Amino acid sequence: MIAIIAFYLFATLTIASAVAVIFARNPVHSVLWLILAFFNAAGLMLILGAEFIAMLLVIVYVGAVAVLFLFIVMMLDIDFAALRSGFTKNLPFGLIVALVLLAEIIVAVSAWKAGPVTGGAQPVTTTQPNIEAVGELLYTRYLFPFEIAGLILLVAMIGAIVLTHRSRGDVRGQKVSRQVDRRPEEAIKLEQPKVGEGVKL
Amino acid sequence: MIGLTHYLAVAAILFTLGVLGIFLNRRNIILMLMAIELILLSVNINFVAFSAFLGDLTGQVFAMFVLTVAAAEAAIGLAILVIFFRRRGSIAVDDVNRMRG
Repeated sequence: MIAIIAFYLFATLTIASAVAVIFARNPVHSVLWLILAFFNAAGLMLILGAEFIAMLLVIVYVGAVAVLFLFIVMMLDIDFAALRSGFTKNLPFGLIVALVLLAEIIVAVSAWKAGPVTGGAQPVTTTQPNIEAVGELLYTRYLFPFEIAGLILLVAMIGAIVLTHRSRGDVRGQKVSRQVDRRPEEAIKLEQPKVGEGVKL
Repeated sequence: MIGLTHYLAVAAILFTLGVLGIFLNRRNIILMLMAIELILLSVNINFVAFSAFLGDLTGQVFAMFVLTVAAAEAAIGLAILVIFFRRRGSIAVDDVNRMRG
């Protein structure tokens, strides 16, 4: 009973916050609604018994991706009112495409229900915790794709840094070679100034 | 009892909302990226639901890969957005074709 209530709670909140993401006037609000959607989707996955993915969703999506979005939205000085000008113009076309897509998905699901799907390769053992089972699979059978995923993240990181890095001409940067080349003879000058005269630099 | 179809329905609605968001916010690329995140989230729900109901953990492993790609895509997309904004002073997607490609 509690599982049914939890499912409907999480499902309705996920869909409602997804609607709010699309229709919110302020993009900052959109990002906050997106965070709520991620949290509720994590709840849905918890009900399914996929604890690892649920935690990953909270850590990666809420902790990294949503915060990245928030940074960008707040950092850039954008006139969002002007960007919404095509909203009502695109509404009918967008609704048509969305409805067609939804109908297609429903047809696909009902077609799938007509024929049985053969069971999975290995049944999930109930004695093993979900995280342990996923980890075992990840480091044995899917080790190579796992490494590739790490490589994708590395490429994304380097790409983001290379894209956004800029060398500004108006700041006086540090010249490391000049600092290293400096010797005490040229750095220190001993003088014996006379009274009443200054030191000439 | 909650069956697989319930989860598939939630994922289908989320996917449709994501596509609708892309069509509605044609000018605002930040919201388009958020809509893509919604789509990937719905795909993840599908993966995990099938994984749980078919008793095969492969779906959860692939959900993790989808998550990885989503994070990489968001990082690269926002980086491109930042350099575009630096150059143009706006993020209107209408005039991105300045190179006439």
